[in-house]
Amino acid sequence: MQTTAPTFPRLLLAHAEARPEAPAVREKDLGIWQTWTWNAVAQEVREMACGLASLGFKAFDNLAIVGANRPHLYMAVLAAQSLRGVPVPLYQDAVASEMVFMLNDASIEFVIVEDQEQVDKLLECRELQQGQEGQQQGIRHIIYDDPKGLRHYEQPGLMSYEQLRELGRAFDKANAGYYDRAVASGEASDVGVILYTSGTTGRPKGVCQTHASFIAAGRGGVETDKLGPGDNIMSYLPMAWVGDHLFSVAQWLVGGFTLNCPESAETVMNDMREIGPSYYFGPPRTFEGLLTAVSIRMEDAAAPKRWLYAKFMALAQRVGADILNGAPVSTGDRFMYSLGNLLIYGPLRNVLGMSRIRVAYTAGAAIGPDLFRFYRSIGVNLKQFYGQTETCAYVCLQQDGKVKLQTVGTAAPGIELKIADDGEVLVRGVSVLKEYYKRPDATAEVLDANGYFHTGDAGVLDSEGHLRIIDRAKDVGRLVGGAIFAPNYIENKLKFFPQIKEAVCFGNGRDEVCAFINIDFEAVGNWAERRGLAYGGYVDLAGKPEVLTLVAECIAKVNADLAAEDGMGETQIARFLVLHKELDPDDDELTRTRKVRRGFIAEKYAVLVDALYGGKTAQYIETQVKFEDGRTGVVSATLKINDAKTFPIVKAAA
Amino acid sequence: MSNRKIGDVILDVQNISLSFGGVKALTDISFNVREHEVRAIIGPNGAGKSSMLNCINGVYWPQQGSITFRGQTFKHMNSRQVAEMGVARTFQNLALFKGMSVLDNIMTGRNLKMKSGLFAQALRWGPAEREELQHREFVEHIIDFLEIQAHRKTPVGRLPYGLQKRVDLGRALAMEPQVLLLDEPMAGMNVEEKQDMSRFILDVNDEFGATIVLIEHDMGVVMDISDRVVVLDYGKKIGDGTPDEVRNNEDVIRAYLGVEH
Repeated sequence: MQTTAPTFPRLLLAHAEARPEAPAVREKDLGIWQTWTWNAVAQEVREMACGLASLGFKAFDNLAIVGANRPHLYMAVLAAQSLRGVPVPLYQDAVASEMVFMLNDASIEFVIVEDQEQVDKLLECRELQQGQEGQQQGIRHIIYDDPKGLRHYEQPGLMSYEQLRELGRAFDKANAGYYDRAVASGEASDVGVILYTSGTTGRPKGVCQTHASFIAAGRGGVETDKLGPGDNIMSYLPMAWVGDHLFSVAQWLVGGFTLNCPESAETVMNDMREIGPSYYFGPPRTFEGLLTAVSIRMEDAAAPKRWLYAKFMALAQRVGADILNGAPVSTGDRFMYSLGNLLIYGPLRNVLGMSRIRVAYTAGAAIGPDLFRFYRSIGVNLKQFYGQTETCAYVCLQQDGKVKLQTVGTAAPGIELKIADDGEVLVRGVSVLKEYYKRPDATAEVLDANGYFHTGDAGVLDSEGHLRIIDRAKDVGRLVGGAIFAPNYIENKLKFFPQIKEAVCFGNGRDEVCAFINIDFEAVGNWAERRGLAYGGYVDLAGKPEVLTLVAECIAKVNADLAAEDGMGETQIARFLVLHKELDPDDDELTRTRKVRRGFIAEKYAVLVDALYGGKTAQYIETQVKFEDGRTGVVSATLKINDAKTFPIVKAAA
Repeated sequence: MSNRKIGDVILDVQNISLSFGGVKALTDISFNVREHEVRAIIGPNGAGKSSMLNCINGVYWPQQGSITFRGQTFKHMNSRQVAEMGVARTFQNLALFKGMSVLDNIMTGRNLKMKSGLFAQALRWGPAEREELQHREFVEHIIDFLEIQAHRKTPVGRLPYGLQKRVDLGRALAMEPQVLLLDEPMAGMNVEEKQDMSRFILDVNDEFGATIVLIEHDMGVVMDISDRVVVLDYGKKIGDGTPDEVRNNEDVIRAYLGVEH
């Protein structure tokens, strides 16, 4: 069932009227799932809103929300919106000194927090604020959900959730109709939430999203996946993250399904098995962690079980994804797959807590092809989406039956995509941000005159309109011939091979792509030992002709891949060399988070780059290295320049 | 931090002497414990700390002296009597049922509070089921309090040591004790686990209103969380007072630093 109300509080009231007794939120408490019906949620939101109003919270004020996924905190989002105020969820693991920036930026006077830990942090924030000069009114009210350990706190402005509700009931009685008028005055174009971007580049910025954009984003997702009453979702990701706001607030209120809050962060897996959600989101690392846990347990299983598992997983690899996509599969395979479903896939899904999953999503980082295929092959409808805080995490969605591993899907309903000349993905449509809070300069940088939002990602649209994200736009360059060159994209493909630890590609402004390769000492060392290949350390191993052949094979596979992809065929790797030392953050070649510093490397190893492009067959190099104890030494070697096998470009059958 | 009200003397130990054959474990020990306070017993190895606890607990019967609990004086008590009077304890070497789940282990702490008989409980007869549900709710509060929800159904033997200690505390709390005896609650823990445990002990003292008597080796912890400290050495009391008084007591310094006599 869907409603067409223009704001979130009105959506809530519509649900409460249409299905008052249906479950809206569940939370596991004292070992039992406690349920709030839509009616109960509406009632609590009303009391909370009135309580806030009695403390002086008014339209266009901001309410900070700090804590894990608790029903009361989700209700706080609605309570603030009911008064035409703006909820500002903040990451609960931020330390006080970071949090103070956002509290000041958003002029926060009211905060609702989860527990003692957060109260302590907010009190610390308040002290920091009082120490700052020229600071206007700081935090005035801190409302806490869980009173444990707070009995003897007597700081001014502290109040429990229950006290707030008490105030709210009194206020509601004294000001009959206040709440209803406030809700009715809200408009779709009001800012519905401010989400802070994590600020990996510069200070965090508050992204203002209107009710209209989040409702549109929520509706798009709900319609695509036919979500509604009866569906269940686990809410376990940070509330300050745009994805959680989309799934657990926007889609929840548009679709009217049930939110389930876990008992604690450690019990999520267990709680998930009890609830059996039909709709699930996890970043790639969650899916990876689950698979690893299963693999480890499988290795400990008895031999017949292992055999059965291997047998049926091979079948699933071959036909599972096709069955899910509705592609033709032979009757025999279908029969075997349904047998496998009974014996292996079904129980496996049960262990993963995914028995009832209709749709699962992942996003946020590139997901490994094997991982993606594994889940789809055992019948979990895992899909990817693409978006950022500035677009309500709603730009592209993979549609059922049209899932391509390499892409993030087609433009979502209501969204227009355009690829700029430099390869940057531009987005226009329902979910684009209104502005950055108090930062017109930053807003002007990302929103152009035609209403396009500049994502900062470089991408390619294929013939069916599927978007493939290839790189950060600022890293993307061009070959002399005009083809787009996305170094990270090629490097990531190389790094999927266990033998290759790091790769650095060059090609911007050149006629061909060349690469530096770092072998993975452990993996290649192992490989060499099994082959009886003697070597005397890293430099020696990296220079062995057998190793060069091994790396050449990997590169040939990547080239074959690139040749088959739209617009990527020209950027096949022409020549490569295997570096004589490992790239190391201590030598400034990698960042501390292990990202390649391409510019620095090109400068430091300029002789090698020149050799690659100068048609030489070998090059002598001496490099200074820092050892872990601070001493320095010199590593020298003569590196062989190798030609890589390239493939003719496959033209897409358009 | 907190403003608990420390009340009257709840437990008064007078002139206790205990010996095993010729070995004098305790000689003429007297001290008292006030309601709602955290009282520590410290001392070097073999000083008689655990023996002292065992006397209060009714495991050992001292040859001389008396113990007064809430105005009732006893020559010696048996453990069940002690438990029924609201004294619970945890053990230095953990006394848990390793094969049973965390939940069941803590439920055993409710045993004394259950009114229905063995058969009624086994058959979930009549009021027995309702009773069990009430007890389960109480136990769930403890699980929540100690933050061990994730391990509710895990057999205790599979948990790391620090968590087992927490379960042991949970089982003792399930008795709703007025006095809680903790025997080296932090032995063998790392710094982080010790901090957690200190916090739990203070919270138990605060939220459950329990009086706490604890034995501990870690001086830092003792001085931080106790209201008053008794110091034993070779079965004799050599110091008694607030942490600051004890810290400056010459005899105590000598016992711990081993100055020549």
